[in-house]
Amino acid sequence: MADGKALKIIIAGEGGQGVQSIGELLAEAAFQAGKQALYIPNFGVEQRGGVSVAYVQISDEEIGAPKFLKADLLTVLSKRSAERTKGYLKPGTIYLYEQSALEAPVIDDRAVGIQGYETVAPEAFAKMVGDKAGKPATPPAAPALRPIGIRAAQTAKAELTPRVFNIIVLGAITKLIKVLPPAGVKEAIAKKFRAKFRENPELEELNFQAFAKGLTMIEAEGMQ
Amino acid sequence: MTGNEVVAWAALAAEADFMYGYPITPQNEIMHYWSRLAPHFGRGFLQTEDEMAAGFAMLGGALVGKKTFCATAGPGNILMQEPIAMAEMMQIPGVWIIQQRGGPSTATVIYSQQELRLTTAGGNGEGLRIVYSTASHQELFEYTIKAFNRAWQYRFPTFVLGDGYQAKLREAVTLFRPAAKGWTLIPAEPLVRGPGIPALDREPVHLRNTFNIEEELYARLEEQLAAYERLTPEVVEWEVEIGPETEVLLVAHGIVARAAKQAQKMLNQQGQKVGYFRPITVRPFPGTALRQAVGANPNLRLLVVESAYGQLLSMVKAELYGLTNPIDTLLKPGVGVTAEEIVATVTKRAPKEVCHGG
Amino acid sequence: MADEKSTVVREPTKNPNMPLSWRKETKPHRFCPGCGHAMALKALGEVVDELGILDRVLYGCDIGCSLLSWDFFNFDSVQTHHGRTIPVVVGAKRARPETIGIAYMGDGGGYAIGAQHLVNAAQRGDQITAILANNTLYAMTGGQLAPTTLPGQKTGTTPYGREVRKTGSPLQGPELVAAIAPAGAYVARGTVGEYQQLKGYLKKALRNQMEGRGFSFVEVLSTCPTNWRTNAKDTWAFLQGEMARYFKVGELRVPEPAAPGEEE
Repeated sequence: MADGKALKIIIAGEGGQGVQSIGELLAEAAFQAGKQALYIPNFGVEQRGGVSVAYVQISDEEIGAPKFLKADLLTVLSKRSAERTKGYLKPGTIYLYEQSALEAPVIDDRAVGIQGYETVAPEAFAKMVGDKAGKPATPPAAPALRPIGIRAAQTAKAELTPRVFNIIVLGAITKLIKVLPPAGVKEAIAKKFRAKFRENPELEELNFQAFAKGLTMIEAEGMQ
Repeated sequence: MTGNEVVAWAALAAEADFMYGYPITPQNEIMHYWSRLAPHFGRGFLQTEDEMAAGFAMLGGALVGKKTFCATAGPGNILMQEPIAMAEMMQIPGVWIIQQRGGPSTATVIYSQQELRLTTAGGNGEGLRIVYSTASHQELFEYTIKAFNRAWQYRFPTFVLGDGYQAKLREAVTLFRPAAKGWTLIPAEPLVRGPGIPALDREPVHLRNTFNIEEELYARLEEQLAAYERLTPEVVEWEVEIGPETEVLLVAHGIVARAAKQAQKMLNQQGQKVGYFRPITVRPFPGTALRQAVGANPNLRLLVVESAYGQLLSMVKAELYGLTNPIDTLLKPGVGVTAEEIVATVTKRAPKEVCHGG
Repeated sequence: MADEKSTVVREPTKNPNMPLSWRKETKPHRFCPGCGHAMALKALGEVVDELGILDRVLYGCDIGCSLLSWDFFNFDSVQTHHGRTIPVVVGAKRARPETIGIAYMGDGGGYAIGAQHLVNAAQRGDQITAILANNTLYAMTGGQLAPTTLPGQKTGTTPYGREVRKTGSPLQGPELVAAIAPAGAYVARGTVGEYQQLKGYLKKALRNQMEGRGFSFVEVLSTCPTNWRTNAKDTWAFLQGEMARYFKVGELRVPEPAAPGEEE
């Protein structure tokens, strides 16, 4: 950010994990913070079937192309999405990954078809957090990465509700990128889900708790 | 806000009366937002049986004096060429939003700049159209409003040429009422069913697009071509950054021009002398401006960058006919271009490799 | 009622055989001698006069011989592309609903290249009046096979006669429209051989639109001596004989209750 370049963020996961909401919320919070932001869902070869990818750029200056080749922060929430986005890694990329011992809820590619663009994940097939125990994910072995594992799925399931899984991830990202005031991101959450929260005030509290948990999951780590 | 939503708001701000549409990705949300907004503002929407019907229904609405528009992409743009040809011949105004997707055929629903040629020169005529190639949400908003004004001012089919990226991405945009900026909206007037009783108060209006003899058609086309020549200097728009020191001129349009601008900045920071030219109207093309920029310096190299295989390039070449400046290319049909790729291309300056590069 | 608000009445014309809506500057018309279009259009002009809607009509004509009617009338008109007259008129009607939209076309325009527009306008119940002249072939392009060509009939592209096994049976247009149009539709098949009956159908079709009931469709059995290569007697015989046997004249859909003041 300091050199005027845009901060490039990718969030990748299974359709239904709330990946696009994270992208939207980051962009919205950045707009509100007076920054330039660009968010675009799902393009490129990494986007197939049930995998969902959000691309976000945040900058103090005008942003160029919506497409980029390497990410400053790559967030992966499932094995498939990690595999498909590894081309975005470069030395110094922060690799934020989900390491709960739960398998991500994988949507059958056939349920979505090859044109997983308009309808990323039919809600009926989608889940934020899986139920099956699985092997915890490990970061790729590339030397210059900065891997950070979190247990958002487990935390959501055990302490809050699976529905706020992505908000925990959003909290972690907010802490890592350092360029957005957490209060601003919280406001963006409140704005986006206003109608839902009005219907169900308990959900608002759960979302804010999830966000706070995400923030605190990241201790000293951060982007320089 | 997504680009598609921006377009719907722009049409509302431009006081568009009616949208006729047929679903095709990636423009669908324009119809979604418009059909949600329209009833609250006394505007209309009709989903037709195909793009031809949408285009022809647009012409019907415009004929009776309403501001009509439509959005389409890819194969829909192909079908739309038929009504556009009629609009061109009969000078029936209308605004078309094109959100380019990959081609040919169904290809991808994502993105390309492969509809440049089709949008500027499709149809069985001379391509007498006005086409704005936008690069940001702010431009999508402002040029959509402008497109309505141009369409009803000059009565040539007018286009906003966007793409799937612009359609889907979210970035900041400032919406405004045109009056707040001192923009005057040009009202629509009926071409048929105007005031008065035909044959009593006025002559009946009989519009046609067929002619019996060659000379009759030629006379009509001469008039139209002259009108188009007259509007060209009034309509044509471009961006240029060039100096006497410039060694490489990046030429790009639409969203690729954003990558080019960013690359220019990066290269200049590295000490390279790089300029930038972007046609905003891709039809009429700002040929005079480009020729002036290039002609002043015979050593200047061009790098034409586009998400198509030479559609912009052929326009650039036609405008620069006779000049000997070398032209390099970065042509990536159907995929996006990043600033880094442009930087690498300029640095390598190896056109053979970069033709298929990235 | 909305449809009665404007009534255009002109001073009595000097030529009682020419409807007020006919444009005398463009007469004699451009159709071949014996062409059914002239009769159908005369009937339409008379009906527009009788309904007093000259100033509200937008008349669209298709490509094919129907385009020769582009300046036939004293009401505003637009000549469109082949098959695309219905969408143009639909677009105008939707944008300005007080318009009386008339889409005039041939069987090629309505049943082949523009079939999707006829089907969908009918199915949506668009409040326009579509009039389709059925002369069993493509006339302007030199007499080729049309969806309405009769079995065994010779055309430019069926020189040995239409073989049903290869190219199907003649399309029954009004029956198709009657089957799919929602309530409020008026659907009929008239013939230039029964002038008063045809006028009655056209009048009902326009009234149906004026009253905002739904889609209105009249197929007109028409003649093409030029491409049929028939003399006056044989032309008449083909129209009243083979054609009438295959295509049943009559009303297929009449909205209930019938509009007041309708006369045959």
